[in-house]
Order: sequence, then structure tokens, then C-alpha cells
Amino acid sequence: MKKRFLALSLALLLVAGCLAACGDNGGSSAAPASTASTAGGGDNGSGAAIKIGGTGPLTGGAAIYGNAAKNGAQIAVDEINALGGLQLELRYEDDVHDPEKAVTAYNTLKDWGMQAFLGSVTSKPAVATSTEANNDHIFFLTPSASSTDVLGGVENPLTETIDIPRKDNIFQMCFVDPNQGSASAQYIYDQKLGTKVAVIYKNDDVYSTGIYNSFAAKAQELGVAIVSTTTFTDDTSTDFSVQIADAKENGADLVFLPMYYEAASMILIQADSVGYKPQWFGVDGMDGILTLDGFNTELAEGVMLLTPFNADSDDEATSKFVSTYKEKFGDVPNQFAADAYDCVWSIYNAIKDEELPEGISASDLCDKLIAKFTSPDFSYDGLTGESMTWDETGAVSKSPKGMVIQGGAYVGLD
Amino acid sequence: MKRLIIRKKSRKNFITYGVVVAAFIVLASVVSAGAMPSALQGLLVPMCAYIIAAISLNLTVGVLGELSLGHAGFMSVGAFCGATAAMALNGAGVPDWARMAAAVAVGALLAAVAGVVVGVPVLRLRGDYLAIVTLAFGEIIKTVVTNLYVGKDPAGLRVGFLNPDIGLGKGGMMIVNGPNGISGITKISTLTAGFVIILLCLIIIFNLVDSRSGRAIMALRDNRIAAESVGINATQYKLMAFVISAAMAGAAGALYALSQNTVTANKFDFNTSILILVFVVLGGLGNMLGSIVAATVLYILPETWLRQFSDYRMLIYAVVLILMMLITNNAKIRIWMGKLLPHKKEKEGEAHV
Repeated sequence: MKKRFLALSLALLLVAGCLAACGDNGGSSAAPASTASTAGGGDNGSGAAIKIGGTGPLTGGAAIYGNAAKNGAQIAVDEINALGGLQLELRYEDDVHDPEKAVTAYNTLKDWGMQAFLGSVTSKPAVATSTEANNDHIFFLTPSASSTDVLGGVENPLTETIDIPRKDNIFQMCFVDPNQGSASAQYIYDQKLGTKVAVIYKNDDVYSTGIYNSFAAKAQELGVAIVSTTTFTDDTSTDFSVQIADAKENGADLVFLPMYYEAASMILIQADSVGYKPQWFGVDGMDGILTLDGFNTELAEGVMLLTPFNADSDDEATSKFVSTYKEKFGDVPNQFAADAYDCVWSIYNAIKDEELPEGISASDLCDKLIAKFTSPDFSYDGLTGESMTWDETGAVSKSPKGMVIQGGAYVGLD
Repeated sequence: MKRLIIRKKSRKNFITYGVVVAAFIVLASVVSAGAMPSALQGLLVPMCAYIIAAISLNLTVGVLGELSLGHAGFMSVGAFCGATAAMALNGAGVPDWARMAAAVAVGALLAAVAGVVVGVPVLRLRGDYLAIVTLAFGEIIKTVVTNLYVGKDPAGLRVGFLNPDIGLGKGGMMIVNGPNGISGITKISTLTAGFVIILLCLIIIFNLVDSRSGRAIMALRDNRIAAESVGINATQYKLMAFVISAAMAGAAGALYALSQNTVTANKFDFNTSILILVFVVLGGLGNMLGSIVAATVLYILPETWLRQFSDYRMLIYAVVLILMMLITNNAKIRIWMGKLLPHKKEKEGEAHV
């Protein structure tokens, strides 16, 4: 009997210890011990600051995107806090590009007292966190999760029904995937860039598949011939000889690469080694290829891409952002950093003139933000576009910039 | 002497049941009192799923003595079949708990079928073939589900492969959408459901182990030649344990899928299989309570307490794993632990007798 009690009490102790440890975390996390906190803040204590949270892959394979978004958002928060007045407090939690961990990260932020949410950086986790944020009615503005499942309310073209109902408090700063795909097809058609098009896409990725599907549909509609369609997955993203050979054999003169830049850089290198030189066309995930370590930028010469952000732009706001970013974090910001920077500033612009009661609840703030973002007279000029507006669908309206890489730099097309 | 051994065994089983029940009562009361941070609360149901996966793998690795490196594959089968069943029943006027039960049953059943398919050819062989084949099985399931499209329309379920156009008419709904996996799941798994499934699995495993079949399975583990010499049908008993283990993993997968908003095939990759194996190895082979504790601690730890170390989180997690391995295998610490825990001392005493 005694022994059984001992074993039981030990087990209970363990459970209690576990709970206590977690409770501990919830309590102490408001202290600046965590990943991000106010820096360069004004006189206002953190009590009056609006708490903004975000999740992204800060470690693991996709860490480059999460950290860029986190750094970009931090710069915006620092700038806003330096102005005095309304203060912001930022905290990013790691989600390792995993929906399950993203929900935990989101819940951790909720325990911290988050009032507005920058969403998740990548699409799959954002689908999960947007559902949670919708249930809790916390305003959600993602910098870069471009899947339509994040917003909900988009009709499936095959069944003409809405699989996921619109989540009314979810907004995006980036283009949705279908827009990018159809915009690319339209651009290729309008500019007569190629007659025979090959597509290589990553078929275990929401982003890449989403763009491919809308690209293929639009290309068919316009009569652009797709002569070769090949795929790869996470496990096979280092060897592209089969895909390149297929495109080459079918005589493709333009290859569309809806993917992130690591995989695209491998394709460029391997195509060069077999002497295949078509016109390359990418999407916003291609942005960042020029800053990739050890990549010969000459190979990217002539690559075209659609992206909302150009780090080499002469625009005053952009050059200031780029120089601050370089000084603080040591490299050139990509589109993710710029999108996150724009997210923080647009939330700030939406609420700076409002009378906000001290310690406003996330739900009340959410109502105010939804009303502001969907109102026709609210627009925002940022790094990734001018006079951006949102409507009830949650998607941003801004126009993609066509870029071409010339002499190791992005140059705007027309 | 025989009675003594049996009593000791059933006492150990009852301690395991007791710990699980006590932990459930503590957790449920903390949750209903609203005293639990939401970060931890969100982890409870997935934690139950990982516990079930760990004890089911412990049946294969600890009791049967075969290595399975593709347990996440069975979870995947259970998760996608179970979630499809739950979503297909959605709107048919079935209450949530019944949909949940149906999903777990479908998940377990189809994972068991997968277990038979994998087990029948492989368990006839000797050596480490099961490890290799289950590893391949996990990868195959991942690729298949990534390219699988399942939809529902008034005419019934439609299934397609590679091509998202599966002929869904107007008013149809995509359930499994290729690489996007299943999104828009309504979370219907509850802590109570998880707890009930854990208890059911424990009852099945303990009764199996203490039965005639269980002794045959363990005899095969300890010495196959000797066991076969007394007329035990090696393949049949091995298959029995393996299929039960696969079915439980399927139930775990269904429970897991219904606790998430979105599930993709990539979630159940090789890393997940290894993670479950780590729970089993750290908890002790054949020790169900150990698996439960290891799964709980190792699942909760990196997501809550270690978050304060931010970027070093996973590094510290690795260090904790190594330390736990060293500590649980250190002879001195084991003797010290034995002195602390009375029933271990008794074991030593028994050895003297």
C-alpha cells in the first residue's frame, strides 16, 4: 500500500512540476527575457503598449523567412516607439514551419496577452493559426502566408463551393497564390516572353502548388502552351537533372519556377551545367536569390520575377529600411522583412488616431481594426506597394512589380 | 512463487492505470477550473495521441522485440482515414462524440489493414527486415497521401490520385486536398476521448501480455528457435502483436488529426517515427508507464518551458535527451533510484532468494 502511494505521489509530483513550470513561463514571459521586447521605447511603460505577436520558423529549414519577418517587424516597432505616443511591444514565437507547433506558439502569445497578431510567416502554419485567431477574434494580418485557405471564403473552382468559410478578421499583406499564378501567365502572354512553357513546381508545398494550379488554368485560357510539367518534393530538392532534361527535350523556351529561391538556385546551376539557357520566370519566392551565400549571381542574369519589393530601389523609405536592416542584422532584407515591416506600420496607421482605452481587449481592438481595414478610405503606402487597400475578402490589392535581374541587381520592368 | 510473480505484475498494471486516471482527474479539474494556460491546454489532446502512439510502438519494440521505423505511417493512415470519416459524417446529424468514435474506429481498422499488408510478407523473415520495410512504408504513405485527393458530394465519396479534378459536382467538398492535406477540420477530439483511448489501449496491451498469446509473443522475442521448437507459430503471433500495434497507432492518428485545424502528410514523416521511438526507448522497452511519462515530458517540454530559451530551445532539448539517456542507463543512479523506490528493492531481495 505504502509503495503504491509512493509511486502515485511521485507521478503526481511530476505532473504538478510540469504544470508549475508552464505556469511559470506564462507569468514571466511578460518580462523582456523572451525573444523580442520593446527596444528604444519611449517613456510609456509596457502596460500601455499594444502587444503584437507573431509566429514564424525562427529555427529549422525555413528559418530564413521567419527571422526576416521578425527582424522587419522589429525595425517597424522600433521606429514607431521612437516617435513617442502610441507604443508597441513585439514578440515572435518559433513555429518551425509546423501547424501543430504554430498553434502552441499562438497559444503562448495569447497567454502573454497579445492584442494583435501578425499571423504566421508561412502558409501551412498560418492556415492553423488563422482558424484559432478567428475563433478567439484576434486581428490577424500575415506578412507572407499567401494560401487562400488562410483567408477562407474562396470558392473552389472545381466544385464552385466554399470549402473553408471566410474568417472575417484575417487579412494578408502579400498577394494570394492564385493571383500570382494568373498574373504571371498574363504577363508572359502579354509580353510574348515564350511560346513553349515548362513548369517545375514543388508538389508537396501549398505555396508552389497553389501558384501552379492557377498558372496552368490561366495559361490554358490564354492559349499559352505548357509543354513540360515536372515536380519535386522536399526530399528531392537537390537534384533537378530529370526535370531540366524534360524541359529541354520538349523544347521549352521559357521555364516558370513557382518556388522559393534555394530550389530555384539549384535549378539555375544545374541547367547551366548542361548548357540549357531558356528564359527563367519566377514569383515572389525567388526574391533573395542574389543574396544567397555562394551563389554565382551571373547564373541568374536575365531571370524575370514578379515581386512586390525591390531592395535596390532608390525610393527613400526603402533605402532607409534597407540601411537600417543592414546595420542591425547584417544582411540585405528580402520581401518577407518588408512585408512584416508594412504589417506593423499599417496596423499602427489604422489605430494611431483612435481613442484606445488603456488595456483594450484583443476582441475590441479586432473590431476597430476590421472596420478600419475594410473601410474604403483607408489605404497604406509602404515598401511593398503604394495605396494598398483591403476589402472584406481579406486580400490586399496592390500590383506586382515585374523585375529582371541585370548585372547582379533587380531592375524594374516597364 | 508463481502467484507472487503474477501479483507483482498485476500490481504494476494497476499502478499504471492509477497514474493515468489520477493524471486525468488532475488535468481535467485544472482545465475546468480555468487555471491552465491556453498554451498547455492546446497540447493536451495531441499529447494523448503521442502517448497512444508510444505505447503502441512499445508493444512492437518492447514486447514483440521487432524494430519499427515507420510508426508515423500508421498514424498517417489513421489520421487521414479517420478525419475523412469524421468530415464525411459531418452534417448527417451524428453527434460529435459519435463522429469522434467512428473516426477512431475507421482509423484503427484501416491502419490494421495496412499492418497486415506490411506484416504478412515481412514478419516471415528473420533479422532487421521489419525496420527497413516499415521505414519504406512510412515514406510511401507520405508520398501517396501528398498526391491523394478525396472529396465528398451528394453522390458519395470520390477519390482521385495526382489530379485535383476528381469530378466533384456542384456542392461538392474537397476533404483531402493533395499537398494541402486536410484543412477546415472541426476539432472534436477531447481530453476525455484521449484518456478513454489510452485506458482502452492499456487494457488491451496488459491483457495481451498476460495471456497465453502474450507469453508466446515474448517467448519469440527472447528466443525464436526455442519458441518454435515447442510449436509456437512465429509468423502468426508476430503478426498479431504487430497488427494490434498498427491499429492503436491508427487510433492515435485519428485522435491527433481531429485535434488540429489542418493536417498534412508531411507531418507524419521519418522524424515523427523517430520521435515516438525516442519516447519508447527513454521510457524503457516493455514499460508502458515509462512510455507514457516519457511521451508526456518530451512532448510538453520543448513547447512550453523551453520556449524561454528561444533560439536555443531545440539545442537544449537535444541536451536533455542525451542527459536522460545517460542518467537512465547509469548503474549508480539506478541503484540509488532502486533504494528510493521500494518495489525495486524487493526485486533485489527476490534475487537473493
